[in-house]
Amino acid sequence: MTDAVATVETEKTRDIRKRWLLSLPALLIILAAASGPLLIVVAYSFLTPGPYGDVVWQPSLDGWINVFLEKDIFDDTLSLASAHISIFVRSVVLSLVTTVLTLAIGFPTAYFIATRRETTRELWLLLITIPFWTNLLIRTFAILEIIRNEGLINGLLLRAGLIAKPLQMLFTDGAILTGMVYVYLPLMVLPLYASMEKLDFRLVEAGYDLYATPFKVLRRIIIPLVKPGIIAGSILVFIPALGAYVTPSILGGGKNLMLGNLIELQFGQGRNWPLGSALSIALMLIVMVALLFYVRNAGSQGSRQHG
Amino acid sequence: MARSFSVRRQRGFTTIAMVCFAALYLPIAVLVFYSFNAGESLASFDGMSLRWFEKAFQNQQVIDASLRSLQIASIAAVIATIAATMAALATTRTEPYRGLTMKYAFINQPLMIPEIVTAVALLIFFARIKIWTGYSGLGYLVAAHTAFCIPFAYLPIRARLENMDLTLEKAAADLYATPWNAFRYVTLPLLWPGILAGFMLAFVISLDDVVITEFVKSAGQDTLPTYMLGQIRRSITPEMNAISTLFLGLSICVVIVFFVVNRNRA
Repeated sequence: MTDAVATVETEKTRDIRKRWLLSLPALLIILAAASGPLLIVVAYSFLTPGPYGDVVWQPSLDGWINVFLEKDIFDDTLSLASAHISIFVRSVVLSLVTTVLTLAIGFPTAYFIATRRETTRELWLLLITIPFWTNLLIRTFAILEIIRNEGLINGLLLRAGLIAKPLQMLFTDGAILTGMVYVYLPLMVLPLYASMEKLDFRLVEAGYDLYATPFKVLRRIIIPLVKPGIIAGSILVFIPALGAYVTPSILGGGKNLMLGNLIELQFGQGRNWPLGSALSIALMLIVMVALLFYVRNAGSQGSRQHG
Repeated sequence: MARSFSVRRQRGFTTIAMVCFAALYLPIAVLVFYSFNAGESLASFDGMSLRWFEKAFQNQQVIDASLRSLQIASIAAVIATIAATMAALATTRTEPYRGLTMKYAFINQPLMIPEIVTAVALLIFFARIKIWTGYSGLGYLVAAHTAFCIPFAYLPIRARLENMDLTLEKAAADLYATPWNAFRYVTLPLLWPGILAGFMLAFVISLDDVVITEFVKSAGQDTLPTYMLGQIRRSITPEMNAISTLFLGLSICVVIVFFVVNRNRA
């Protein structure tokens, strides 16, 4: 009897050991080329910038201080780094507006797909999936082609004689916003669709039987039921938008920077790797707060379903 | 009679959805259309021509960058798929054991971190290694791509494994198949569509990457996307449209194959 228990035990530990061995390659690759180096970024944020980029091994808090404060060149007094703060604010605001707009467009679209017949649903879904798989750079380029000064809109308006000189649409916050909504829209629609697909329309029908208006049904029945999809979609759009690099650098130009561009600048012309590292960690902290919000909300959603 | 009432109908939703689909495809359609433009300007269409495609095919930089992209994507996707398959086998169809949640979190971790942060981290890390070892080949790009491809390859493989019937493998074991033979002749054939889907996802993700490649590449290691980024920032000619059209065509082919493979699951 005890022998049998012992055999079961060793078999179990052997199984677990085998599972560790099997997962080892994936874990090691991610540790070496994704997660591990993040710790080096943390270390670098506390060092002194080297003269030609890189760092010298001398502890310093300047990297972090420079995130929000700047030293006056003449008398060394510290003041708020308004340029950095405005970039932080722009990044957060643009990402939030992108999330809201993609939700406003994506929700009806996902609902439309989820209410099609089985056969046509696949096709509509494919139409969302194709842009999702298409290179983000190419999609940003497509927007650039339409809004730049020599682009489609200005070309048409000029030829129609409606304007005398091209409208400056490129290199504005509006351009970044348009681009981000465009490229991140599929990321919102897909998780929304996934939770709408499971929607039980008998509940909707029950709502109508109790004389609810379509709007009331939407607000009191549909939205609460697909809330996990709304949260998942919002997180999937907000996080990459906050760290966006390609879209703002093409559509925003050199003046309308977002956090991603500010970070790049420190590793390029800025030659201030500790500041760049500190900014990266700051960006990651904001993302973690967003993820925590997601985990807590998703968690409470789950327990409500069980209760 | 009024329009028949449907509980599924929400006013205005269909209109918004149609606008959404149009908005998603119009810019891409314009991009593709103008790649066939004989002239240089977007303001006017001067007749059909393949001249920009010819120009792209004669551009040695484009050819080199494309081949480099394909090379990196193939190697990274193969390694990532093998590692992800093994990891999926190790993390599904089991009672929870110590470290299982940690493994999930770790494997999906590249998805949670903004790309720019990973890019910066790898720039710093690989710069050190370059100094220590003196090696500056494509290995860095392959390693970086493999790491961020693993979670994408892992997703469909894990999904497939979780939906798989355990009884067949048990039957194989009852018939005295060795664990390897049971895997080779029972599990693997059943798992194959998932592995294929994971591979394609990883391949496309690697092919599309801009940010991490831009930071990790050494001089002369442009992939097609980083080459395009550089060109778009300098000067734009319809040659860019032609390259984008070809790239798009490749992506669409892969998506459709992926869709067909995944549909056969049912």
